[in-house]
Amino acid sequence: MKKEENKPAGKKGFSRRNFLRGTGLTAAGMVVGTKGFAGEFAPAAAPVYGPDEVPVTLSVNDGSYQTLARPDEVLVDTLRERLDLTGTKLVCGRGACSACTVMVDDKPVCSCLTLTMEVQDKKITTIEGVADGDELHPIQQAFIDEDASMCGFCTPGMIMSCKSLLDRNSNPSLDEVKKAVRGNLCRCGTYPHVFKATLKAAERMG
Amino acid sequence: MNNFTYTEAKSVTAAAAEAANQSHAKFIAGGTNLIDLMKYRVENPERLIDITRLAFDKIEEKKDGGLRLGALVTNADTAYHAAVENRYPLLAQAILSGASAQLRNAATNGGNLLQRTRCYYFYDTATPCNKREPGSGCSAVGGFNRICGVLGTSEHCIATHPSDMCVALAALDATVQVTGADGERSIPLVEFHRLPNDTPHIDTNLQPDEVITAIDLPAEGFAKNSAYVKVRDRSSYAFAVVSAAAALTLDGDKIKDVRLALGGVAHKPWRIPEAEQEIIGMTADRTAFQKLAEAYLQGAKGFEHNAFKIELAKKTIVRALEEAAS
Repeated sequence: MKKEENKPAGKKGFSRRNFLRGTGLTAAGMVVGTKGFAGEFAPAAAPVYGPDEVPVTLSVNDGSYQTLARPDEVLVDTLRERLDLTGTKLVCGRGACSACTVMVDDKPVCSCLTLTMEVQDKKITTIEGVADGDELHPIQQAFIDEDASMCGFCTPGMIMSCKSLLDRNSNPSLDEVKKAVRGNLCRCGTYPHVFKATLKAAERMG
Repeated sequence: MNNFTYTEAKSVTAAAAEAANQSHAKFIAGGTNLIDLMKYRVENPERLIDITRLAFDKIEEKKDGGLRLGALVTNADTAYHAAVENRYPLLAQAILSGASAQLRNAATNGGNLLQRTRCYYFYDTATPCNKREPGSGCSAVGGFNRICGVLGTSEHCIATHPSDMCVALAALDATVQVTGADGERSIPLVEFHRLPNDTPHIDTNLQPDEVITAIDLPAEGFAKNSAYVKVRDRSSYAFAVVSAAAALTLDGDKIKDVRLALGGVAHKPWRIPEAEQEIIGMTADRTAFQKLAEAYLQGAKGFEHNAFKIELAKKTIVRALEEAAS
C-alpha cells in the first residue's frame, strides 16, 4: 500500500478524512519503474475492459501508480479515492467550475470529465506535484502572500491554471491572467487577489 | 454514469467495424461533452470506443493551399496553431470565444462538430424531449425557450447547435472528411448538421459507423477582413445567445466576396449563400450589411422567450460585418 502522506489534521491524530477513509476500502499501490501486474493483462487485438474495475497504471507527479479503475471512473475520483491525492477538489463534476483542474501532458484539463482509462500513457500533474519538496512554487507562495484563497475549494484548480500560464508566459499582462482563470469559478470572489498573486509570482520568477 | 465496457480502436477501420457491430457503442475522444451527458444520464452507451490513439492528430498543409485539421487535434492546439492564427483568424477567434481553457485543451475538433444541444429539456431527463427520446414531445416549444432557435425550427424541436467553432467553419466553407465501413467520403460543413424536422434525435448526416478524420479548410481564409461576434449572457464561459462569423473580400470599398454564418439561432450553423450573392458589388457599408441581415432572418419565428433573438441577430450580423470590413 502507498504510504500515508496526509498528516492527521485533528489534535489527537484523528481527522474526518481519515475516519471516512477507514470506513471504506481503498485499493492503491505505488510502484516506481516496474510494470507490475498490468503485464498480466497485456493486450491482444483490441481487448475489451470492464464494466468492472481493471488494473491501470498512471503517471502522477513523477511517480508511477498502479491501481484499479472502472471504465466509467473519472480521473478526479481515481486521484482522490484510490491514490489519496485529495488536493484536487471535485465541485461541479460537469466541467463548469474547473475546481478539479489537473495538468495532463502539461495542459490544464478538468479531471471530472477525463476518463482514467484514457490518460494511462499521459503525464499527470496535480496540486501535490507543484511544490518542490517542502519548497512552495512561487505561485503557491504568492497565493499565500496576496491572500488569494478564502474558502479554498477553488484554490488547487486556480493554482494549476495560473501555473500553466506562467509555464508558457513568464511575463503575463493582467488581461492574460484574467483569461487564464476564465474557466475557474470562485464563489468567494477572490479574483482580484488571484490576479495580484499571479503577477507577483511572475515578477519573482522573472 | 452507467456501467459500460471500454475498448481502444487500433485503426480507423477497426473503429468503424466496432461501431457497426455494437448498436449501443459511442466513440470517445476528448469526452468533454459525452462524459457530461453520461453523468446526466442523457447518454447511456454500453460500450465506449476510445479513438484517441488514431493518427488524426496533426494539422497539415494541403496541396491546394488549404489546411487539414486532424479530427483529434484539440480545439486549443487548433486555435493557437500559427497557420490558423495567421491565415484563418476567424476560426481561432471563434474557438477561443467558447468554453474554458480546460475544456479547449481536452475537446477535439471532431468532437466539437458532434456537440449536442444545451437545451435545458434535452439535459433534464424528467421532461419530454424528442431529441433525447423520439416521440416523447418537445418541452421547449411551450416551455422556457430563451436559448432556443428562431430559424429552421420544427414543431418537434427548437434546439440550437451550441458550437462556436462550427459557425466559423461554415463561413469558411470547410469540408468534413469521414471514414466508415464503406470507405471515405467528404461532407461540406454546411451539410453536415441537419435541421430537426421530424427526426430531431439525428443531429448530423454522419452515419453511426463513420469516424470523422479531418476538417479541411480551403485556401481562402479571409485573414484580412473577418470577425466573429458572440453575444452572450456573461463575457466568458457562456454559450452564444446569438453569434455571427463574417468574412469579406474587398475591392476598394466594394464587396467582392462575402461569407456569413450565424450561431445560437438554429439546429445548425445558419448560412444562406444566395443571400450573400445579393450584396456582392455593393459598397461595404451599413446599407449592404442591413440588407444581408434582413435576408438572413427572413422567415424567422420567435417563441415566448426568445423572439428578441431575431432583432439581436440582425444587429449582430451588422456589427460582425462592420468589424470585418474595418
